[in-house]
Amino acid sequence: MNINEMKSKHNLLKDFSYELGEIEKGYTNRTLYVNLSNNEIKEKPVTQLMKDKFIGGKGFGLKLLWDATKPDTKWDDPENEIIISPGPIGGITQYAGAGKSLVVSLSPLTDIVIDSNVGGYFGPFLKFAGFDALEIQGKAKSDVIVIIDGKNGTVRIENAPEEAINSHILAEQLTDMYAESENKKNFVSVVSAGLAAENSHIGVLNFSFYDKKRKKVRLKQAGRGGIGSVLRNKKIKAIVAIADGIKPNNVVDIDAIKECGARFNKEIRELDDDQCRMRKEGTAHLVEIMDDYDLLPTNNFKYGSHKDIMNIHSSVWRSKFTQGVFDGCWIGCTMACAKAVDGFELKTGPYKGDKVIVDGPEYETVGGLGSNCGIFDADHIIEANFYCDTYGIDTISFGTLTAFLMECYEAGIISKEITGGLEFTFGNKDAAIELMHQMARGEGFGVIAGLGIRKMKAFFAKEYGADINFLNDIGMENKGLEYSQYVSKESLAQQGGYAMTNKGPQHDEAWLIFMDMVNKQIPTFEDKAEALHYFPMFRTWFGLMGLCKLPWNDVEPANNAETDEPGKVPEHVQNYITIFNAVTGLNIDNKEMIRQSERVYNFQRTFNIRRGYGLRKHDAQPYRAAGPVTSEEYESRSDRYDKQLLENIKVNPEGKTTEEKVAILREYKENMYEQLLDAVYNRRGWTKNGVPTVAHLKDLGMDLPEVLEIVEPLQ
Amino acid sequence: MKTITVNEISLKWEENMNINVILKRMNYTFRMLVVKVDGKLIKKHEYESTVVSPGSDVKVIHLISGG
Ligand code: SF4
Repeated sequence: MNINEMKSKHNLLKDFSYELGEIEKGYTNRTLYVNLSNNEIKEKPVTQLMKDKFIGGKGFGLKLLWDATKPDTKWDDPENEIIISPGPIGGITQYAGAGKSLVVSLSPLTDIVIDSNVGGYFGPFLKFAGFDALEIQGKAKSDVIVIIDGKNGTVRIENAPEEAINSHILAEQLTDMYAESENKKNFVSVVSAGLAAENSHIGVLNFSFYDKKRKKVRLKQAGRGGIGSVLRNKKIKAIVAIADGIKPNNVVDIDAIKECGARFNKEIRELDDDQCRMRKEGTAHLVEIMDDYDLLPTNNFKYGSHKDIMNIHSSVWRSKFTQGVFDGCWIGCTMACAKAVDGFELKTGPYKGDKVIVDGPEYETVGGLGSNCGIFDADHIIEANFYCDTYGIDTISFGTLTAFLMECYEAGIISKEITGGLEFTFGNKDAAIELMHQMARGEGFGVIAGLGIRKMKAFFAKEYGADINFLNDIGMENKGLEYSQYVSKESLAQQGGYAMTNKGPQHDEAWLIFMDMVNKQIPTFEDKAEALHYFPMFRTWFGLMGLCKLPWNDVEPANNAETDEPGKVPEHVQNYITIFNAVTGLNIDNKEMIRQSERVYNFQRTFNIRRGYGLRKHDAQPYRAAGPVTSEEYESRSDRYDKQLLENIKVNPEGKTTEEKVAILREYKENMYEQLLDAVYNRRGWTKNGVPTVAHLKDLGMDLPEVLEIVEPLQ
Repeated sequence: MKTITVNEISLKWEENMNINVILKRMNYTFRMLVVKVDGKLIKKHEYESTVVSPGSDVKVIHLISGG
């Protein structure tokens, strides 16, 4: 069926007209509300309180979701929402990495709030269309698309029965359908998921942008926490934003932003090739580095390196990625790390034989779909990356849960009879890709796997009598979210960086492994707590603004080493403060920057508490994140662990069995983590149970009545 | 045995031991580093020419990168 025939099958459910308006100092001062249960569409004003306390991006998402839901709202209730917000800096083109959107929803994996950041052009186009956030509530009766037309000032809900569901086809269909001409395709952006998103809890949202050089639609993912599953549960096929060109943010001081941008772009030009090689390898440059430091997860986080690393080395990715084309996921991003493999011929699944473009793989995808499953085959990783994207599932969760299944299989917890014939031995790429296709078809063992590790653990214990304690030790999830791809065993601070997060173990709050394990810069609990305060707050700030974190520290100024705190990249921090002030006309400094984040961070913690989570017990980690669970793991690095027994615990390992040594080390490591919790909570202004104190909230100016109502009884 | 300290780890000292040799011995392959010898900053172009003496305290600060 061609595009016009497909469009002719659309049935208009609601047409809403509005005044386009202008962006003023980074804000449009209104949000867009769409309810798919009753097809209501309306504008809502952005209040001064929202701007003062919540800033934008993730902050707006949290505020709108709090107001829209009850403490017991479930992810698949109609009142759950998907909120997309770009933040006040989002949409500028004069500084790298200013096109990110933050997506917020109640997660099917965690039952708490999830936030996920994503590139692609949708966020900026939403703002150009006149809205600081899009809030979608309700559930449609059959598949719909929502079209936000920033050229004509309309929002429409249409039934769309004929379009594909899988993203690589759907995004292209809708780009063709809604672009005025070939030349204007880059002014259409599509948000979509895919077939596996609707049959699992690990769905992603794909945000598209049109790559004019390649003449292809590209996809970037809001990956974590299953928001794509929420999208499909609401029977949304896609959300389309159409822009009428690039609109100015009407900032207060454009010259100041341009000056920062020019300085940054010079660093990229002159230093990137010697530093992170982001323009040539993207984040995949980290693969062998992580292997060298024993941090690359291998066989379900048992180990941190592997002899076959050369098969997935960054030089392999460099040769597979098309070089010499601009790969920014928003206009003006000279870091341009959104690498792609062109003309890749698929070997499996419904698109077998097709030649496709594959966005990525990024480091996390190589670790998740590759090494963590014991798979060291670059073409398999590219194929699995493609299908994860088009089926709309998270490469990180899929990788970590597949690794978990492989360990369960090898430990005899599940068998071929249970998996329907799939042999989940480490390294079995055929089983891994078939599991993914089953997930997309909503069949077989793929349906069970798609529930995520936390639900699988309960299922295996109940149905097959598996030892729940062992499953809890090796199932790499916290709060219900699967771990991202770094081994945290030798960095206590990173254990906190993962398990003390608001949304679950994603490294975007804090990545402290080098600082802690290699540099030994933060030896005391207080030092670690300071790092686990500063970095999560600093990094939260990107999500309030519509900014990408990578340009902060994946290139650094030539004189960065001479500064007092090179790990913070002070010049880049100052760039961000300058840009925020230049956009909004406000006058914050680096202390107020952290306090802006703290307000939102504490609000999110309180949101979790309101939903029955967010306490100390919810920050517990699986033991695999801290130390060796099995004798095999201990013995693989026995020199290291014996030394730890001798030097840290003052226990002589001689004459002890491996089981005894595992147990002694475990008691020590678990105790260290408890002490870390105390130190971090104290630094963050929380009680010993992890609840924000009233005094701290007052000090931050975040003592809103609805927040106090939750925390006061728990002081 | 003569030694130096690198990030608080004791390492055997060698004749003509420059920064590049130390990075190699420690298998420090990450590229975003700040190197200090006895508190003095050593710039990248000085790695080859900077030879350390026994007992030196070398700090190799790895910065952060990635997602
Ligand atoms: S650095 Fe990479 S991910 Fe970030 S905005 Fe630029 S291209 Fe996108």
